[in-house]
Amino acid sequence: MTTNDKKDLLATRRDILKGAAAGAGALAATSALPGFVRYAQAQSSEPIKIGFQVHRTGIGAAYGRWYDRVTTAAAKLINDGGGINGRPVEIIAEDDGTDPKRGAEVVEKFASQHKCDIAYGTLFSHVVMGSAPRAGELKIPYFVVSEGHHVASGALNRYTLQPGICDVKSQVKSMAPFVTQNLGKKVTMIFPDYAFGHDHRDFFSAAVEANGGQIIEKIAIPPTETSFTRYFPKIPRETEVIYHVMVGPAVLTFVKEMGEFYGPNKPQIFGFIDSLEAVDLNSPGLEFLDGTYFWEGMPRYAQADQTPYDKFYRDHVGVDGNGASTADAKDVSTYAHMFGCWETLFVIKAGMEAAGYQGTGDRTKLIEAVEAMTDMAQSNEHPQGAKRFNGKTHQVFGPQYISKVEGGKLVVQHQTSIEDGLYDDEVDYTTQAL
Amino acid sequence: MTPTAKAFLLHGGLVLALVAGHFILPEYHQGNLARIMALAVYAMGYNVLFGYSGLLSLGHAMFFSAGMYGMGLSVQHLGFGAGPAFVCGILAGVVLATAVGVLALRTTGVAFMIVTLMFSQAVFLTILYFTPWTRGDEGFVIQPVDRMLFGIDLSDATYRYFAALVLFAIVMLATSRLIQAPFGRVLIAIRENEERTRMLGYDVYRHKLGAVILSGTISAVSGAAYGLLFGYVGASFASVQYSILPLLWVLLGGAGTIVGPFLGTLFMFYLIDLTSSITTAYMLLAGAALVLLTLFAPEGLAGSFRRRLAPWLP
Repeated sequence: MTTNDKKDLLATRRDILKGAAAGAGALAATSALPGFVRYAQAQSSEPIKIGFQVHRTGIGAAYGRWYDRVTTAAAKLINDGGGINGRPVEIIAEDDGTDPKRGAEVVEKFASQHKCDIAYGTLFSHVVMGSAPRAGELKIPYFVVSEGHHVASGALNRYTLQPGICDVKSQVKSMAPFVTQNLGKKVTMIFPDYAFGHDHRDFFSAAVEANGGQIIEKIAIPPTETSFTRYFPKIPRETEVIYHVMVGPAVLTFVKEMGEFYGPNKPQIFGFIDSLEAVDLNSPGLEFLDGTYFWEGMPRYAQADQTPYDKFYRDHVGVDGNGASTADAKDVSTYAHMFGCWETLFVIKAGMEAAGYQGTGDRTKLIEAVEAMTDMAQSNEHPQGAKRFNGKTHQVFGPQYISKVEGGKLVVQHQTSIEDGLYDDEVDYTTQAL
Repeated sequence: MTPTAKAFLLHGGLVLALVAGHFILPEYHQGNLARIMALAVYAMGYNVLFGYSGLLSLGHAMFFSAGMYGMGLSVQHLGFGAGPAFVCGILAGVVLATAVGVLALRTTGVAFMIVTLMFSQAVFLTILYFTPWTRGDEGFVIQPVDRMLFGIDLSDATYRYFAALVLFAIVMLATSRLIQAPFGRVLIAIRENEERTRMLGYDVYRHKLGAVILSGTISAVSGAAYGLLFGYVGASFASVQYSILPLLWVLLGGAGTIVGPFLGTLFMFYLIDLTSSITTAYMLLAGAALVLLTLFAPEGLAGSFRRRLAPWLP
């Protein structure tokens, strides 16, 4: 290569770098725009911006995909009905990568760059924990759909609320009586050895013992485990009920290996549908689950006594009677959780209307309006069931469903009441300054 | 102008530009810069080992998380204030870096990478194992009341920005001084030719151990600061992803340069921030950008700048 060639090559590289820098600058300017754009119309015609923190990538992506669809459907319904306080709703979605650090950055982006009115949508507990401090500091209402106990435990702040889905403590408390009265009193728990599993271990143990049952073994499985055969011999012979809450990609292996271990002579088995959200119950290897019980936040399969509210919700989101997408029967929904997005958006709507919400200056009024909420009737806005919101703990309570696998479908056996899931307050957020 | 004066002007200018940034930039970018400065400290710590000593670690998240958890656990369980907790975080980093250094430096090259990776995974799993205390993957929040340092509220955006800036400036100055000091010169000599350095009579092992401890401690400072500034402590910061990130930041910015880690962190942060708003395949775009940068600026941003325009750049 000659000297001139080198010069040409250098020039080319520089040009490319300059071009890249210019491109990046343009991109940055574009990205910064939402913060500077001003609507020419009057304030009243500006959309209400809802920052949607969504797990589009990372371990929560399957949930995020369906949270996205439910959010889009609910926002469309709200806008078709005239929006909120006469203003349309605009959903501004940002991927948090199911990562707490990125989650916090996304909340900052909603508050400071997109100028969103509120932030909403998060599922995974660690993302909520990582993001909530920033929401509190930025004083942006943060509505989570997580089912974690973090909100009601008092670990977060007054700007974080969970008005659309029950927390795990309430869920297991309300189900324990059914387990001890119908399935057996000697329970062995199998759970993942991290915070989510430990919550189940602690809350369910207490609830079972309060109902006259006994946890005879607690088997914690490390999250990195890919084969479970060595854990099954630890299950005591006198076990009457196995309670499992395994999650993640290894859950199919777990169920398959448990089936191989027990064969036809299995004890009663009670699991959390979290294990099999977005998974077809008729997948190979899951035959063993026939006759076992599951908790469901909302019944995946349309039941014989389906409510008109469930039908309305399914039709609008695009879910068939088997809990799969109407566009693709193999695309199974996260039905037991995603209703939380629907109900949360309608709580936000009701809260904004009650507060006469006009702009970010009314955020504190919105918080107070939601805190003032109590009972919510089962309706198109609350298709999962009636709810009771506790303004002090910022946590909603509602019914739970216990279903049995029969012929490859989940058939509801028992519906708990709101009262079954209530517990003593652990915090009063209303005492914190806004 | 002497190279030292030029370097002083550059680094001083960067700090002044960052001060000005607080008054000029929109709120969102101020918040981003606070994060970037805190994480750039982590990258500078990594650079001490990788860029100046030639030791490639794949497990630095253990030091970052040691600082974060050393700080967070002492707040959560011992009721320490922000100052003592911050010191606990640093001490946790010193102890862990010393232990890991003593053991891992029995290996070299690829084995060193693997040993550090394994140690880091062990730390990550330890955090999960002790979930009753650490809250495992979920982590825990450091409340604003526990983030008061000498009467300064670190949850306030302005104080947070300047706390991150002060920390960044101190570490930048310290690493700049380090590489000019005899100890740093020996580290560079080890990077360039370990056998020759040993032949010249230097105790290579002790210098490398010193580099691991320094690097681990600076990483722990960053972890403790990050937890205090942003109010969250979680196991994801101990995952392998957070061991790879400082490597990428340093490679992009320019290994063996003082400003390189900051530039790499800045570049990577905004690359993810901008592309994730455009597509869910943002990691693909980020990857393509990284490949392009590696092809056209293999020595990183600051490294290329040094080679082409500023041979004086430290």
